[in-house]
Amino acid sequence: MRPDLRQRLKAFLLLAPLLAFMLSFFVVPLVTMMKSAVSDPVATEALPRTARALAGWDRTGAPPAPALAAFAEDIRALKNDEQFGDLVRRLNSAQSGFRSLLGKTRRALDGTSTADLAAIDARWSETSYWATIAEAVASPWTDKNLLAAVDFERNPAGSIAAMPEGASANRLIMIRTFVTSALVTLACIALGLPFAMVAASVEGWRRQILLGAVLLPLWTSLLVRTAAWYVVLQDNGLINATLKGLGLTSTPIPLMFNRLGVVIAMTHVLLPFMVLPIFSVLIAIPRNLMPAAASLGAHPLRAFFHVLLPLAMRGVVSGALLVFMAALGYYITPALIGGANDQMISSVIAYYATAAANWGMAGALGLVLLAMTILLYAVYIRLTSAEEQRA
Amino acid sequence: MKPLALIKLTFAILVVVFLLGPLVAVLPLSLTDSVFLNYPIPGYSTRWFKELVTADSWRLSIVNSLLIGSGTTALATVLGTLAALGLRGSRASLLASTLRTVFLLPMVVPAVVLGVGMQLMFSRYGLTNTYLGVIIAHTVVAVPFVLVNVSSALQGVDIRLEQAAASLGASPVVVLRSVTFPIALPGIISGALFAFATSLDEVVLTLFVAGPNQRTLARQMFATIRENISPAIVSAAAVFIVGTIVLSLAMLAIRRRMA
Repeated sequence: MRPDLRQRLKAFLLLAPLLAFMLSFFVVPLVTMMKSAVSDPVATEALPRTARALAGWDRTGAPPAPALAAFAEDIRALKNDEQFGDLVRRLNSAQSGFRSLLGKTRRALDGTSTADLAAIDARWSETSYWATIAEAVASPWTDKNLLAAVDFERNPAGSIAAMPEGASANRLIMIRTFVTSALVTLACIALGLPFAMVAASVEGWRRQILLGAVLLPLWTSLLVRTAAWYVVLQDNGLINATLKGLGLTSTPIPLMFNRLGVVIAMTHVLLPFMVLPIFSVLIAIPRNLMPAAASLGAHPLRAFFHVLLPLAMRGVVSGALLVFMAALGYYITPALIGGANDQMISSVIAYYATAAANWGMAGALGLVLLAMTILLYAVYIRLTSAEEQRA
Repeated sequence: MKPLALIKLTFAILVVVFLLGPLVAVLPLSLTDSVFLNYPIPGYSTRWFKELVTADSWRLSIVNSLLIGSGTTALATVLGTLAALGLRGSRASLLASTLRTVFLLPMVVPAVVLGVGMQLMFSRYGLTNTYLGVIIAHTVVAVPFVLVNVSSALQGVDIRLEQAAASLGASPVVVLRSVTFPIALPGIISGALFAFATSLDEVVLTLFVAGPNQRTLARQMFATIRENISPAIVSAAAVFIVGTIVLSLAMLAIRRRMA
């Protein structure tokens, strides 16, 4: 074997285990989640004959007669109670009334060969129930969840329209997620940029202490930091106790279970991701640049705004992207420090997945969050690799 | 002191207080003898540390965290080290840089999104509510740290060192054992420490994948803060902070040896 080929084979064999692991347990779960957002197979799988019989129906007037017989046949063939339950949930979520209707129909059809559904329940002669079934069996795929994730729906005619006011809060939650993330990013810039400049301007043990202060929280458990803020911010916590002790306030200032607390705690968690990129840009700047500007007659402030700040901006941009990206998907801090009105998109996803067992909506909102994050990450990668090429 | 220097100093001190203050302020409360997490502390006792080791929920969660942390560390270290060795040398190729980016993606993808996907997929294969499932989930987010650490340990080393050993008649196994491995060892150790720390602190994936029997320390702390906050949480935090300091010192010592 040629040495070059052998080298490549060796590299591949070393990479193969991690590649297989990541495909199975990282890529496949994400694909599964995305699929759950757009798949709607329950009705198509449970009612195959009905699906064929209703294929050409225009969903107005009475359904074609063979569809009734096909539906009766499908219901009789559904022996699996779990599958029947899934079907009931699927149809009932589209139109209430299906729960009782399907249960009654199944009992009546059991052991008979009749297809006279209207005799079992008068609702079977209404068009709306059949239109719902036709809609559900039309395709195993759906855009319902993705539309609902941004507060849109399909109206009875099948075209996309905004949901009625107050029907869904997803857009509100996305705006809230963006606003909170932007506030945290701004707070991180306001604290992180000057702090990184101070850290870069001193040397020796002073710099070690300043950097250590940034790194130690980064290495501390997120739960510990959140618990610490809980203790500090609560109504009879450290800050309020101090303010009361100084006589500045008699009633506690609400610092927790509101937006302020979430922004404070998230800024604390994410500040290192702002300070470190700015610091690494600043220490790479030649030390004689500012004296050079001064020797050319620039006022220190002018030198700062025209020389140091533009150079530091590269670090600020990467730091801001990192912080904003991390803040968008934050779950733990808002869940523990925030109130009901501070929950961000991650909390809503977790609610749909764990409390509501609505995998379609969890997947659709997850897809939106994933797309935003990957987009920001791509911008970040482009910026940093452009930096590397320039350096 | 010049006014500018004074402003700089004041600002730096304020930010340091903001960063470290809450962590320092919370520690003394772990020794309170009251059931409330407030200052002033009425009296000192070790009752909440005792609670950590005697109360079933806390004891079980500590044992679980150690078990799952060890499993994650072993799996992530092996997979990450092998991959770092494989990516080495082919640094410039497009395929290698794409693979590197993909391997680092778990650091970027929001945990809740990954958690939903894992819960859906794991439930199909019976991996939810199992130790193996939690270890796999933690390994996915821990592997990038091993990869980064081992890669940077290998980066400074000339590959010709190993070629020289091979040309002098050393078999590939001997080269790996007596040249490559010692070079990579500091990176492997700090990667393993990072992997363990990541597993210890992981909450979100654990929420989605683990059952009540796999409740970890971080998960238990999350539940305690959310449902009924008690000083036991601060005792657990104190254990965490002391553990962090020990781990960071270990990491610093390794860096020192590497340099």
